[in-house]
Amino acid sequence: MHDVQELLEIGLSIINIGVRDFGESLKKQGVEVTHLEWEPPTVVDQEIADILDKLL
Amino acid sequence: MSTGVIIKKNSYFDSVFLMQVAKGISNEPGIDQAIVLMGTENNKTLLIKMGVKKKEIDSVSSNDVVIFIEGSKSPVDLVLNNIDRWFTRKTTSLEVRVHTLDEALTIQPKANLAVISVPGKYAAREARKALEKGLNVFLFSNNVSIEEELSLKQYADQQGLLVMGPDCGTAIIAGVGIGFANSIRRGKISVVGVTGTGLQEFTSLIHQAGLGISHAIGTGSRDLSDEIGGFSTFKAIELLEGDSKTELIVVISKPPGIRILDNLAKKLNKCPKPVVTCILGTRQFRNKLKLKLKQSIVSTDTIAEAAISAAAIVEGKSIKLPGISVTNFLDRIKKEKKLLATNQRYLRGIFAGGTFCYQAQQLMAAGGLQIHSNVPLIGMIKLTDPTTSMANSMVDMGEDYFTQSSPHPMIDSRLSKQRIIKEAHDPEVAVILLDFILGFMSSENPAGELAPAIIEAKQIRKNDGGHLIFIASVCGTDLDTQNLKEQLNTLEEIGVIVMPSSAHAALLALEVVKDRQN
Repeated sequence: MHDVQELLEIGLSIINIGVRDFGESLKKQGVEVTHLEWEPPTVVDQEIADILDKLL
Repeated sequence: MSTGVIIKKNSYFDSVFLMQVAKGISNEPGIDQAIVLMGTENNKTLLIKMGVKKKEIDSVSSNDVVIFIEGSKSPVDLVLNNIDRWFTRKTTSLEVRVHTLDEALTIQPKANLAVISVPGKYAAREARKALEKGLNVFLFSNNVSIEEELSLKQYADQQGLLVMGPDCGTAIIAGVGIGFANSIRRGKISVVGVTGTGLQEFTSLIHQAGLGISHAIGTGSRDLSDEIGGFSTFKAIELLEGDSKTELIVVISKPPGIRILDNLAKKLNKCPKPVVTCILGTRQFRNKLKLKLKQSIVSTDTIAEAAISAAAIVEGKSIKLPGISVTNFLDRIKKEKKLLATNQRYLRGIFAGGTFCYQAQQLMAAGGLQIHSNVPLIGMIKLTDPTTSMANSMVDMGEDYFTQSSPHPMIDSRLSKQRIIKEAHDPEVAVILLDFILGFMSSENPAGELAPAIIEAKQIRKNDGGHLIFIASVCGTDLDTQNLKEQLNTLEEIGVIVMPSSAHAALLALEVVKDRQN
């Protein structure tokens, strides 16, 4: 858990999920970024996806 | 002319990457047009409208990429036969490919913010996963339902976390710009924005005044709706109250809900630090005691006035708010008005910034003008077709109708260019109002990209015996990579009147048409 006040005082440490350009823009500003290669779930049914989330 | 369609099955790529692929292919000799989209239902409808045969994409799913190319036969065939080359990302050999949040947190356990820009259908789920891992969230994605947004923010509130979004394009935290933000020096003023381009313009004007920003926190475009209730806005205000570097708090918002105004007033009235507000669309409510702010809070109607007020307070000067003046530009407008044909009387605003569109409507309404818009303020008229203006119109080109199948106008100006030419063909149009937005993630040369369309538009009206007046504002700073000075020069050289802020630009445009309505 990260106290949200620390966001403002200590600065950002980022996980980028989705469009790579957001992460690249932040890296250029000297921020630590890990890019997550996101893909949509192959299982489209939301209920099944939620159950899988809980199990895995 | 030859066309070709190819499908890449089960290959997800984000829309910005696909746009870059399309641009790259379009630049090849012999290629007239390339469209590269994920196979969502909306995109398939769009592709069919553009000439793709339905049977070619019937079996395509939203996890497939559709590439449609037009041009001369050999170049089209060459691209199609080597299509994979366009989809190879440049990554260094040292880069670790991470596919899950747990993997990412193993590599970077000190992460405190997830920046999420996945399609709206999946966005709330990804945001929830991030919150459950104790991360704050910057959620760029839109098309998240109200119910999902409320659920996320209620959960975040319980966990003491902040959700910036959904549909949040801008933030500046401890000097770092997230999303579409400008390069701004650090300072004592902080701002909470239920707006993206509103934050961009406010922070840019503060920088231009020689002052700086501690933090600029975006909340997502619906946060101050009655349904959401301001969770992120109120959380952001609390954070800034506790931030030792923040001496003054500014709140800028697109039109909020009605019932929320009481809670917003209570929150602001309790704030121990000086407050400046620019809550668009509430001017008509203030006199009806719907936004009861204590006397020490400065309420402004434009982003520029909010910046002027904030700067004055921080510098210990008294605030004089005579409104914004355009008198220095009236002589130039007089000369250009003399060139208009007698039937030229309408104003068309083509905006990349939604907040600028709302602000312009508010200023036009105060000046007695009725406005048509795809995002009308209360009392304005909704355009039946967002692609076709009527009378005096203000169009937000970043609204979902346009961006569901095209990149945002701040990244790709194609639709804005087409709109400028379309407006120029209307003999009753006298003035076109534009905004240019610099900064991280924006196009590298916004002025240069629109310049040919502006030149062509002016020529269209001139050929008809008239004249087209272009008025614009450029949102940015001397630290932005687009080179603010060059952007201004590019526009001035082609006869665009560049104003100090979006509000100045709107007021000057009003000056052109206000006495030509009958």
